[in-house]
Amino acid sequence: MIDNMMIALPLLILFLPLVSFIILIFFGKKLPRQGDWIAVGSIVTTFFFAVYLFIQMILAYDPGFSHGASFSWIDLDAFKIDLGILVDNLTIIMLLIVTLVSSCTHIFSLEYMKGDIRYSRYYAYLGLFTFSMNGIVLADNLISMYMSWELVGVSSYLLIGHWFEKDSAANASKKAFLTNRVGDIGFFIGIMLLYTAVGSFAFGPIFESIGGGSSITGLTLTLAGLGIFMGAVGKSSQFPLHIWLPDAMEGPTPVSALMHAATMVAAGVYMSVRLFPIFTPDALLIIAYIGAITAILAALIAITQNDIKKVLAYSTVSQLGFMILAVGTGVYTAAFFHLLTHAMFKANLFYCSGSVIHSMHHALHEAHDHKTDPQDMRNMGGFKEKMPITYLSMFISTLAIAGVPLFSGFLSKDAILAGTLAFAQHHPGHFLLPIFGFSAAAITAFYMFRLIFMTFHGKPNMKDVFKDIHESPKEMAGPIVILGALSFFIFYTLPYYNPISDYGWFKDLIVAQTSAVPGSMTANEIAEHSHHAHYLAMGLSVAVASIGILLAVLMYLKNVISAKNIASRFGFLYDWSLNKFYFDENYNRFLYQPFLRLSETISWLDWEFYDKYFINGFGRITNIFSKLSGKLDYEGIDQGIVDSFGRITGAAGKNLKKIQTGRLQNYLLYVVAGILIIIIVQAF
Amino acid sequence: MNSLDSYLFVSAMLFCLGIFGVITRRNAIAVLMGVELILNAANINFIAFSKFNGMNLDGHIFGLLVIVLAAAEAAVALAIIINIYNNMNTINVDDAAELKQ
Repeated sequence: MIDNMMIALPLLILFLPLVSFIILIFFGKKLPRQGDWIAVGSIVTTFFFAVYLFIQMILAYDPGFSHGASFSWIDLDAFKIDLGILVDNLTIIMLLIVTLVSSCTHIFSLEYMKGDIRYSRYYAYLGLFTFSMNGIVLADNLISMYMSWELVGVSSYLLIGHWFEKDSAANASKKAFLTNRVGDIGFFIGIMLLYTAVGSFAFGPIFESIGGGSSITGLTLTLAGLGIFMGAVGKSSQFPLHIWLPDAMEGPTPVSALMHAATMVAAGVYMSVRLFPIFTPDALLIIAYIGAITAILAALIAITQNDIKKVLAYSTVSQLGFMILAVGTGVYTAAFFHLLTHAMFKANLFYCSGSVIHSMHHALHEAHDHKTDPQDMRNMGGFKEKMPITYLSMFISTLAIAGVPLFSGFLSKDAILAGTLAFAQHHPGHFLLPIFGFSAAAITAFYMFRLIFMTFHGKPNMKDVFKDIHESPKEMAGPIVILGALSFFIFYTLPYYNPISDYGWFKDLIVAQTSAVPGSMTANEIAEHSHHAHYLAMGLSVAVASIGILLAVLMYLKNVISAKNIASRFGFLYDWSLNKFYFDENYNRFLYQPFLRLSETISWLDWEFYDKYFINGFGRITNIFSKLSGKLDYEGIDQGIVDSFGRITGAAGKNLKKIQTGRLQNYLLYVVAGILIIIIVQAF
Repeated sequence: MNSLDSYLFVSAMLFCLGIFGVITRRNAIAVLMGVELILNAANINFIAFSKFNGMNLDGHIFGLLVIVLAAAEAAVALAIIINIYNNMNTINVDDAAELKQ
C-alpha cells in the first residue's frame, strides 16, 4: 500500500500540473475566471500530496528511504533507454519546495496578475513549468532529466517573455533561453560521455560503473563531470553564464519568485547534488572556484543596484554560488540544505518585493505617473508604516539571508562556510575559497539591509506617491506570511531546538554519500573536517554578517557615512559594480560581435561568393550547355538531318514531277524507249 | 524478195513510222493515223507469219479481226476527237493535257 502510494503520488504530482497546462492552454479563455481555479486547484492538490510524502518520510525517518519505478521506453537491444522515477528523501524535500513555492506563486498571482491580458496563458505556463521542474526532481536517469531540463528552459522563456510587447522582456527571454542553451550543450556532451562509457542513462548503474573504476576514469570522467556541471552553470546562473538571471527579472514578479529564486535556478544545484558521486576531485575543484567567484562577483554587483528586483536577482546568483561552492568543497548536503532554506526566504523576498512593486504601481497609477520606475528603490522609502506585514516578513527573510542566528539562512550558510573553511584547512593552497565565501556573506548582509533601509525606512522620497501606498490584499499577504514564517530556524532543526546548530531532521535524513570516484575523500572525512571548522566558521560568519549589517545601518539608516562620498572615492570600483563588471558589454564586444562578424563573413562568403559564383555558376554553365545542346538538337538534328530527309524527298518529288508532263505522246515515248532498252538488254 | 525478212522489214518500217507519227504529231487526227499504221504493221506480221511459219488461216483471221478492231477504234477515237473539239475548240493534243496534275 505505502509502496504503491510512494510511486502513484509522485506521478500524480508530476502530471497534474501538465493536465492543468493542457486544459488551460486550449480552453483557458472559455472557462469561468479564465480557469485559474484549475491551475490553483491542481497545484495545491500536488502540494498536499507532497506534504503526505513528507509525512511518510518523517515517519520512516530513514536516510536510505527510497522507492523507484521504471519502464523501458526504447529497447533496440544494443541501445536501451529506461525511463523512471526515483523517490528518496532528496526528491521528497525538493518536491515539497517546488509544490509549496509553486502553490504560493499561484495564489499570489491571483491578485498580482489580475486583469492581465494573457491571464489564462500565464497560469497554463506556470503549470508547464511545475510539471517540468517536478520532472527534473523525479528523474532517475539522465535522459528524462535532460528532457525536463529543456522543458524548464522553454517554460522559463515563455514566462520571462510574458509581457513580450516590451522589447526588454522579449530580449530577456531570448537571452535566458540562449544562455541556457550554452550550458545545456555541455550537459548533453557530459551525458553522452557517460553513456558511451557506461552504456546506461540511469543514475544507479552509472554510479556503480564509476565505483567499479573500470569503464570511465581520469580525464574523461573529469570532462564528463564538468560537461554535466555546465548544465548547472547555465541553469543555476553561475559565472560566466550568470548574465541571463538579472535580465530575467523582466518577467512577472511571482514568476521571478518561483523560477528565478526558488526552483528553476535551484535545478542546477539539485542536479549537482544528485550527481555528486560522479565528480572527480579535479572537477570539484573547478566547481568550487566557479561557485566562489559567482558568489563574490554577484554580491559585489548587488551593492550598487537600485532596482529592487535586480538586487534580489544578484543576491540569488550569489547564493547559488554559495551552493555550488558547497558542492565543490564536498559538503553537498549543506548545498542542498541551503537550497531548501534559500528557496523559502528568497521566494518570500521576491513576493515582498512584488508586493511593494504592486503597491507602487497602483500608487503611480493613481498619481497618473507612467514615467517613474515602480521598481527603483530611490523612489521608495518609509513604506514601513504603510505595509507592516510586507515589511515584517521581508525583514525576517533578510535576517535569514544575512545569516543572523535564529534564522534558517544562518544554519545553512554556516554549514557551507564551515565546509569551505575545512576544505581550505585541508588544502591550504585554496585559501581564496573561504575568503570569497566570507566576503560574499558580509556583502550579502550589507546589500540586503541596504535594500530594507532604502525601501522601508527613512523618509518617503516621493510624497505624492507615498500617500497611495497600501498593504497588499490577502491573496498576496498569505504567501508572504507563510514563507516569512518558514525563515525561522525551528522548521529545519526539529526535533531539536538548538538555534545555532543545524542538527535536525534534515541532517538526519540527508546523509552525504562518498563520491563514487575512487580516491576521493570519503563522506566521513569531509564531515569530520567540516565539524572541526564548525565553531570557527560560525564565529566568523556571525562577525562578517554583523559587519555588513552595521555598515548598512551606518550608511543607509543613520546616514553617518555618506554612500556618495565612498562611491566617488572608489570611482572605478563603483562604476564596475554599477555596470555589472561590464560583463554584458564585454561579452558583446568579445563574443557576440566577433561571432556576428564571423557569421556575416560566412554568410557573405556563402551568398556573395559560393551562391553567386559557384552555385549560380553551375546554373550558368548548365544554361550554356543546354543552349548549345538545344542548338545542336534543333539546328543540327532537327533542321539538318530530320528536315533534310523531307527536303530531299520534296526536291526529288519536285524534280521527278517534271517527267509527268501530262502529254500522252511523252508517255508513249518513254514506253517505247523502255521497251527498246529491255529488248537491248535481253539481246545481250 | 520472197522471204519472211522482207515482210518483217516492211512491217517494222511501218511500225516505226506509226510510232513516229503518234509521238510527233500534234494533230489528233494524225495521231490516229499513226495508230492505224501501227495496227497495219501488226497485220502484215500476222499475214507474213501465217504464210511462212505455217500458221495456216489463223493469221488471216487475226488480220481480219484487227481490221474490224481498227475500224471500231477509229470510230470511237473520232468520236472522242469530235468531243474534244466541241469542248476545247481544238484538236491539238498538247492543249488537251488534262492528265497533268
